Amino acid sequence: MKFWIGAAATVALAAGLAVSGTNEYFFYAGYVVLQFVVLATAWNILGGYAGYVNFGTAAFFGIGAYTAVVLFKAAGAPLGVQILAAACVSGLLGFGTGLLTLRLRGIFFSIATVAVIFIMHTAIVNWRYVGGATGVQLLRPPVMLPFDSYTRMLFVVMAVMAVAGVCIARYIEVSWIGRGLRAIRDNEEAAECSGVPTLKLKLFACTVSGALMGAAGAPLPMYMSFLEPASSFDLNYSVSALAMPMIGGTSHWLGPVIGAILLGSIQQIVTVTISNEINVLVVGVLLVVFVVAAPDGILGLLKKLRWLLRSSR
Amino acid sequence: MSKHFGGFAALSEVSLEVAAGERFGLIGPNGSGKTTLINCVSGALRNEAGSIVFRGEEVSRLAAYQRTRRGIARSFQLPRPFHSMSVLENLVVPLGYVVGLNDADAHAEARRILETIGLADKAATPSHRLSQVELRKLELARAMAARPRLLISDEAMAGLAGNEVDEVLKILFDLNAAGITIIMIEHIMQAVMRFSQRVICLDAGRIICEGAPAEIVKNPGVQKAYLGA
Repeated sequence: MKFWIGAAATVALAAGLAVSGTNEYFFYAGYVVLQFVVLATAWNILGGYAGYVNFGTAAFFGIGAYTAVVLFKAAGAPLGVQILAAACVSGLLGFGTGLLTLRLRGIFFSIATVAVIFIMHTAIVNWRYVGGATGVQLLRPPVMLPFDSYTRMLFVVMAVMAVAGVCIARYIEVSWIGRGLRAIRDNEEAAECSGVPTLKLKLFACTVSGALMGAAGAPLPMYMSFLEPASSFDLNYSVSALAMPMIGGTSHWLGPVIGAILLGSIQQIVTVTISNEINVLVVGVLLVVFVVAAPDGILGLLKKLRWLLRSSR
Repeated sequence: MSKHFGGFAALSEVSLEVAAGERFGLIGPNGSGKTTLINCVSGALRNEAGSIVFRGEEVSRLAAYQRTRRGIARSFQLPRPFHSMSVLENLVVPLGYVVGLNDADAHAEARRILETIGLADKAATPSHRLSQVELRKLELARAMAARPRLLISDEAMAGLAGNEVDEVLKILFDLNAAGITIIMIEHIMQAVMRFSQRVICLDAGRIICEGAPAEIVKNPGVQKAYLGA
C-alpha cells in the first residue's frame, strides 16, 4: 500500500512541478535523471535479479529512439504510440538477442551483448531514411495543455514511465518469477533441477528489460529535436545503466532508483559546474569504489549498518 | 546410452534398469562416469546415443526442469544452495515451481520438510552460513521438496563424520520407505553396501559388474578397479 501511495505521489509531484513555474533547466536535467531511473531499473531485471550482465543497454535504448523517429517521420505518430511501438520493437530485439545469447554464461553473455550495440549502430548508420551517420532533424509538434513547454511535458512523461518501470520491476521481484530469477543467479543448474524453466525465465527477463530500455529511448528524438547514431548508441548508456544498480544495490527495486537518482544528479551537476568529460569519470570512479568497498551497493551498506546498530544494543 | 566429451568416451553403451521403489547403488573409481551418468538422467547433460525411459516415457530430449516435474530429483556432489536465500526459501523454489503450491502453502510445507530432515531451527538462516553436514541435508531437503519419485543422491555423504553419515543414511532410508526410488552414488563403501539392494560398478564408462552388495565386493573386477590389485 505504501508503495502505491509513493508511486502516485511521485507522478503527482512531477506533474505539479511541471505546471508550476520552476526554472526550465530543472526539467531539462530532471528528464535525463528520470531516463536513467528507467534504464537502471530495466537493466536490473536481467542483470540484478538473474545475474546476467547486459552491456547492450545502448542498443535497446537507441533502437527505441529510432523506432520513434521512423514512426514520427512516416506517420506523424503521437508520442504515446511512439513509446509503445519502441517498447515492442526493443522487446522483440531483447527476445531475439536472448534466444541467441542466453545459452552463454557469465562473461561470454556480456561480450555478446556488446556486439548487439555495434550491429544496431552500423545498421542505422547505413539507413538513409533516418538520416544515416549525419542524423535527422525533427520539428516538435505543438505542446499539449496544460504544459507550456515541450520539455516539461516530456519530463512528466518520463516520470510516468519511471514509475511504471519500477512497478513492473517490483512485480517481477516479489512474484514467483523473481524467486526463479534469484535461483538462476545463485546457481543455474540447481535452479533447473528445482523445476525452474531457466531459459524461459531468462528470455522473459531479457524481453521485459529490453522493452523498458526501448521505451526510455523513445522520447529522446523529441527531447533533443535531433537524433544521430553516435550519441544514441553511446556505450556510456550501457555503463551508466550497469553502474547505477551496482551502486544502489541490485537485489531490491529501490537499488537502481537510488543509484540512478544519485549518479544521474551528480552527473548533471558536474556537467554544468565543471565539464561534460568529468561526468563520465564520476561514473567510473564511483563504480570502482563501490565494487571494491561495497559490492552490495548502498542498500547493502544500509542493511549492514542496521544490523550493526541492532547488535550493539 | 553413450556420452562423449570430444574424443573421450565418458559413457560407452551403458545400459541399466532400476525398479520402482528400489534402493540402487552406483559405485566406481573417480572418473568412471558415475556423475556423467546421472547428469544424463537428470538432464544436466544430453546423452548422444541411446534413450532414457522414466515411467514408460522417453525423457532424454526433455529439459532438466521438465524431468524434475516428472519426478526425477537429484542432489549435487558439491552442495549448490541458493546462497542469497534462507534455508526455508531454498525449499520454496521447488515447492512453487514443481509442486505448484502458493506462497503460504509452500512455506508451511517447507517448514514440515525441514522438521523431518532436522534443519527446522535453521529455517531463517542464510544458506551460505550452513556447515557441511547442514548443506548436505539442505541438498536432500530441496530435492525432497520437488516431491520426486526417483531421487538421485550424488555423494551426499562425502567428507562427513561417521555419525553424520548415519544421519544422512537414515534420511535416505526413510524416503525410500515412503516409496521413493533412490539411486545412491557413493565412495563410502560401508554406506553403499548397507543401503543398496543392488549395486552396479562402473569403470572407464562401462559397467563392469552388477549384483547384490555382497557379491560386488567379492568381484575381482571391482577389486581391481578400486584397489589396483
